[in-house]
Amino acid sequence: MAEMKKITLLLLALLALPLARAETLLVAAASDLTYCIDELGAAFGKQVPGAQLKVSLGSSGNFFAQIKNGAPYDVFMSADMSYPARLAQEGVADGATLAPYALGRIALWSLDARFDLAQGMQVLKDPRITRIAIANPEFAPYGRAARAALQHHRLWDTLKDKLVFGENISQTAQFVQTGNAQVGIVSGATLSSPRLKGMGSRYMIAETDTPPIEQGAIVTQHGKTNALAPLFMQFLRSQAARDIFARGGFGLPRAKAVPAA
Amino acid sequence: MTDWSFPPELWSAVGLTLRLALVSSLVLLVLGIPLANWLNTSRFRGVILIETLVSLPIVLPPTVIGFYLLMVMAPQQPVGAAWVSVFGHPLPFSFAGLVAGSVIYSLPFAVQPFQAAFRGVGRETIQSGLALGLTRRQVFWSIVLPLSKHGILTGVSLSFAHTMGEFGVVLMLGGNIPGQTRVASIALYDEAQKLNYGSAHAYAIVLLAISFSILVGIAFLQRKQHAILLSN
Repeated sequence: MAEMKKITLLLLALLALPLARAETLLVAAASDLTYCIDELGAAFGKQVPGAQLKVSLGSSGNFFAQIKNGAPYDVFMSADMSYPARLAQEGVADGATLAPYALGRIALWSLDARFDLAQGMQVLKDPRITRIAIANPEFAPYGRAARAALQHHRLWDTLKDKLVFGENISQTAQFVQTGNAQVGIVSGATLSSPRLKGMGSRYMIAETDTPPIEQGAIVTQHGKTNALAPLFMQFLRSQAARDIFARGGFGLPRAKAVPAA
Repeated sequence: MTDWSFPPELWSAVGLTLRLALVSSLVLLVLGIPLANWLNTSRFRGVILIETLVSLPIVLPPTVIGFYLLMVMAPQQPVGAAWVSVFGHPLPFSFAGLVAGSVIYSLPFAVQPFQAAFRGVGRETIQSGLALGLTRRQVFWSIVLPLSKHGILTGVSLSFAHTMGEFGVVLMLGGNIPGQTRVASIALYDEAQKLNYGSAHAYAIVLLAISFSILVGIAFLQRKQHAILLSN
């Protein structure tokens, strides 16, 4: 009988566990945040003592589908604005909370010393370049930006046959890093990663060459009951967060950047 | 259910998948027969290690194969450079690269049915061939091989079907080039990324139908091989 009581108590204790949820925030974060999300979590923990981020990193398109189908994330940090906007339309996220938190930047990157990237985009005309890696412009935001930059410099049509497409920006960088593509258009965030810092030569593509790659965050329907969610959204606009994004190779949205009190 | 749509690329991507599966299974037919026979008859002590290597792709994630091919075949690496000097272009991002990956990936699915079929030919059959004055080689080509034809067909069809189901190798190594490396399984993944679930369904149904038909064919062949060996 005493055993029974112990087990019942244990079960009750387990039931009470979800109450501790308010201390943790489940964040679905776009892959390009890989290298700054830990720092963001630590800074957020400093601002809101005891708060903890539980982060899942992945493709924004996959997160879109998962959240639409009831995945229990509280906040979705997308690599673009359209996925979170569509979630709001579908009624599974709170449209009023949608705000850009960072701007993606793209850069030319090569490990091949024969190519002088300081020339900018025109270096791609070099006939010795036979493979150029970009992210898939059909669905990857950085791929769309790469295509826009190539079109802006009237290079798209002539170079189309030299392009290989990464599934995402990391695979695009991987094609360059393994030497299978001589040059790639990758993200500033990838190049700021500890592994790639200082490796090869790079050329940041002007922000005016492409439409801005706005990255938006939104609180999901599931996250509405988590008291940390609005605090985190506010934190993303704070100077502390903006510094982390800037160091991580991102541009910053002009937005109503009110430093958090 | 999402609304249906036929993506314009459907047949070219499915065609590419079928072409990849066909070329890979033909390469496996040519490589697999002598390899299977050698594994069965070799007195070499390390043969079990080779046999294990051949079986490895059954359990190995295809991404491992894709990853190492990408690393080793890069034009700066010795093997990759040798490839470029012979064929003129690097292996990754090409149809030939996918064939190389698929041959490794589907190797056991061809070799194991070949081995089983060769082993199924009775010792007496082989002995009587030798008694007639045939060499071992002649016995293999004129007696064992014809008796194993259904097992060989099974191996070829299995490796064909397995290559159809390939995703990880192509994802790592393909570079997603339409008409060259964007096979149906990758196109399906891309459509799902684009949230075009209707098109994704179209790819999925076509792949499902083809794979199912092949497996039915294989089941049929296996019964036939069994009957041949029993009547023998």
